[in-house]
Amino acid sequence: MTATHCPSFSFRRIGAMVLRHWYLLRSSWPRLFELMYWPMVQMFMWGFLQLGVAQAAGGTAITATATFLAAFFLWDLLFRGQLGFSMSFLEEMWARNLPNLMISPLRPIEFVMSLMAMSVIRLAVGFVPVTIMAIWFFGFNLWGLGLALAVFFANLFLTAWAMGMFCSGLVLRNGMGAEGLTWSLMFILLPLACVYYPVTTLPGWLQPLAWALPPTAVFEGMRALVLQHTFRPDLMIWAFALNAIWFVAGALSFVLLLRGARKAGSLIAVGE
Amino acid sequence: MHAQLPAIEADRLVKHYGESIAVDGISFAIETGSITGLLGGNGAGKTTTIGMIMGLIAPTSGAVKVFGADMATEPYRALYRMNFESPYVDLPHRLTVRENLKVFGLLYGLDNVSARIEKLAGELDLTEFVDRAAGKLSAGQKTRVALAKALINEPDVLVLDEPTASLDPDTADWIRSHLERYRARRNATILLASHNMYEVERLCDRVIMMKRGRIVDDGAPDDLIARYGRHNLEEVFLDVARGRREPNFAGDAAQ
Repeated sequence: MTATHCPSFSFRRIGAMVLRHWYLLRSSWPRLFELMYWPMVQMFMWGFLQLGVAQAAGGTAITATATFLAAFFLWDLLFRGQLGFSMSFLEEMWARNLPNLMISPLRPIEFVMSLMAMSVIRLAVGFVPVTIMAIWFFGFNLWGLGLALAVFFANLFLTAWAMGMFCSGLVLRNGMGAEGLTWSLMFILLPLACVYYPVTTLPGWLQPLAWALPPTAVFEGMRALVLQHTFRPDLMIWAFALNAIWFVAGALSFVLLLRGARKAGSLIAVGE
Repeated sequence: MHAQLPAIEADRLVKHYGESIAVDGISFAIETGSITGLLGGNGAGKTTTIGMIMGLIAPTSGAVKVFGADMATEPYRALYRMNFESPYVDLPHRLTVRENLKVFGLLYGLDNVSARIEKLAGELDLTEFVDRAAGKLSAGQKTRVALAKALINEPDVLVLDEPTASLDPDTADWIRSHLERYRARRNATILLASHNMYEVERLCDRVIMMKRGRIVDDGAPDDLIARYGRHNLEEVFLDVARGRREPNFAGDAAQ
């Protein structure tokens, strides 16, 4: 029964890991509910808040709400994309299953790819129903942004995965003491990536830093699309270029932190 | 092709954690088809040695090879022929036994995972609870499931860390019998770390005794008992652990 050879890359092994996490989600309704709960709560909060503010200011309620809801959805995609990656990784730590995986033929790249797949699946479970609710309650159709949305999504997922690899690497190397970072690290991008306001709002000295963050270009591009009905390919090219650097840096950090974990002996004694 | 190679070969293996020396230049070779016990008190370096054999821990210096593959630099040449069970490691609790075994069967590239699970369920008496969540099993059932996971790929090298810890004598005996049968059937190499001296005496062809990261003695259980002039391995273990009697020769010299 022992396999007579072991391919250096296998989609079957990636599929096995996705299946493992699918079994977990399927067996736990609180996990499934949680995927939808926070996006739904925040969508209502931001939607009603913006309706209220826009009506009080006598402005165009629909445009203001649309801008903020689009920003909220894209931010949520970024945050939950990273969380979906990191949570799937943390499930292995909580289950004390990581050594079983590390002594199996599963390669680190396959492990990472399965975590990426899970981040998409987890996000789809929570995100899609909430975007449909937004149409019902606020008349905002995120999907109406069309093909540009695919470009926004691709960029935001790349950033989310880069951050996910970095956070997971930190937990691998430093143990569960670093778990909190997987929840909080992404929030450093919230003010700097100009999610809810244009880059020009920031002081001049901070703007170059903002432009060094891939999501900044995505949020600027989103505002151009919603407010001026203009798709900005220049911003998307800039975002993809930055994401290429971020993604390589994230992957490299994961590899180096995994190597550090093997040196420190922290792989054999992982757990809650 | 691999017949001439030792299944496991450690060459001047050293592991430091900062200033602390966990493993201090040990060397040994384990023949294919043997059951070898790794004995030593807490902190002797057994778990670190096992971690390096499995490729989970990088040695500070020296090398460990499994079927000729250096586990620090080319672990995937050997890992698909190996497996591991330890009380420090668990299976996802919410997945059923069958789901857990299916996932690992796929990871190890088995062609017919379902048939393998059925066979293991029969051999290890898992049938009654194979569709129950792994977290809802008794300690004995969990150990059998962990062993099923460790045998899912019919490994040529099986590394076991305290395989019968916290089990009742009946279940522990059952596990030992299964391991004996598995070794006989597959000519598998088993490395066993245990504090249960009866278990080691019963199962092992050879015992490597460790203390403070070094091999202090090495031999067949009966030879060790005779060498120390004792009645059983537990007395030998106490002699070594408490430094009551020096061994006649150092383990390193025996290699």
